Amino acid sequence: MANQATNPAVNIQNLKCHYGDKLALDDINLTVAEREILVIMGHSGSGKSTLFKNVLGLVTPTAGVVEVLGKDISKLKKTELYELRKSIGVAFQNGALFSSLSVRENIELPLREHTRLDDSTIQIMTMMKLAQMNLVGHEDLMPAQLSGGMLKRAGLARAVIMDPKLLFFDEPSAGLDPVTSAELDQLILQLRDALNMSIIIITHELESAFNVADRITILDRGKQILTGTRDEIRASDDKRIVNMLGRKVRDDAIDAEAYLDSLTKGRSK
Amino acid sequence: MLTLAIDGKNYLLDLVERLGRAGIFLLMGLWRIVTPPYKLQPLIKQIYFIGSRSLLVIVVAGVFVGMVVALQFYDTLVRFGSVSLLGAAVGLSLMRELGPVITGLVIIGRAGSAICAEIGIMRNESQIDALECMAIDPYRYLIAPRLLAALISVPLLTAVFITVGIGGGYFVGVILFEVSPGSYFIGMYDAVLWQDIVMGATKSLVFGLIMIWVATAKGFFLHLDKSGVHGSEGVSKVTTDTVVLSSITMLFADYIVSSLIL
Repeated sequence: MANQATNPAVNIQNLKCHYGDKLALDDINLTVAEREILVIMGHSGSGKSTLFKNVLGLVTPTAGVVEVLGKDISKLKKTELYELRKSIGVAFQNGALFSSLSVRENIELPLREHTRLDDSTIQIMTMMKLAQMNLVGHEDLMPAQLSGGMLKRAGLARAVIMDPKLLFFDEPSAGLDPVTSAELDQLILQLRDALNMSIIIITHELESAFNVADRITILDRGKQILTGTRDEIRASDDKRIVNMLGRKVRDDAIDAEAYLDSLTKGRSK
Repeated sequence: MLTLAIDGKNYLLDLVERLGRAGIFLLMGLWRIVTPPYKLQPLIKQIYFIGSRSLLVIVVAGVFVGMVVALQFYDTLVRFGSVSLLGAAVGLSLMRELGPVITGLVIIGRAGSAICAEIGIMRNESQIDALECMAIDPYRYLIAPRLLAALISVPLLTAVFITVGIGGGYFVGVILFEVSPGSYFIGMYDAVLWQDIVMGATKSLVFGLIMIWVATAKGFFLHLDKSGVHGSEGVSKVTTDTVVLSSITMLFADYIVSSLIL
């Protein structure tokens, strides 16, 4: 669970962001504690990706402060920003693996670019991540030969190869069947526990969000409607949140393992 | 202020913006070539792609162009009784003009379009964003090796083109039309000056730079294309634009370089 006592991994205060004349984010205030999993939810165009880009320093905010791992993003020079990004892992929706490199080469890339480790050490570290992501045996395949779930796991392996303190995961469940999605949720929880990192997830999938989140932030048209625990979100009487949840979320917390068992019951026989 | 506004769009401002962006892009790429860290492996990979994999098509094109040039010149020179100038005519035309231009056009079609499409797809699939997020400078990782590889490969391919073109001309002139081999080579040796070699080398460098600049920039800035056409259609569009724009720019540069050196 999150460690609220220490400095937050991410601290966003009064963030505003414009694209030209259009206000994409309006007065966002957020903190992500160490070892916390924060899920950002919202409809398309709600500002989730813009928030994501602001925290990564890919977009410059119009106003406000974005501190990541104790550093104010807007005050960093390019080289300092690149140095900070070495402590951040990003897993993209489609994996964003380089199609001309094998799975192994993709995962090794940050190590080869940022460290002076010898080949054998890089190979051992890569194999450990491949094992963690259940991808052993697929390391020599090209990205085009992988399934959707494997692409996401390979992207996740690359994102955590440098053992980052903060992980972003864009739409982990998008396009996946429920079993694979539930497996990925379990993997995210395992990663948080194994690597002691804070995780920010953007997702549309309610089940997935309620499976993994310590807290959930809901955005609507660039505004932050509510940030709270799963129970606080469920208990909200805000019409927009009620509409978003659409009564799909059950009263009891979803147990990912039980859900997975129910879907796979009888398959192993 | 000078503006060219149609349907509310300021095309002049748009053009200045594009040129500025492309200029900064080139400078950023060139800067990454001359500043450390230097990595040999990506460069070799790109030299293999741009250079080695273009070699066969350059050799085939060079042989046929040399043969056609010799045929045309022989037909003209024989009317004036100046067949002994065949070697000089073939050598000069290949070295000064046809070698750099046709090599450039062939490489635009083979490697330029492929590089543009590859980088465009990387942009579409967030692979360039992924590089940024992994703290890997896309200019150093993607652009600089391709720029340097083109600057090395295109002049070498041009030299190969000229060499095999001279061989093709020899086959037509000496073997088929029985021009004296001595007059073919001595005429060429006497007529071709260092200035001609410098012109050919300069053109091949300039054409290589133009080709790779246009191809990488078009792919890299796919997401900023004002037509709003992205996705696979966008990749197709920027690839076509790359071939057209780099070919036209190359021919324009051909005139500029020729007029500066002559």
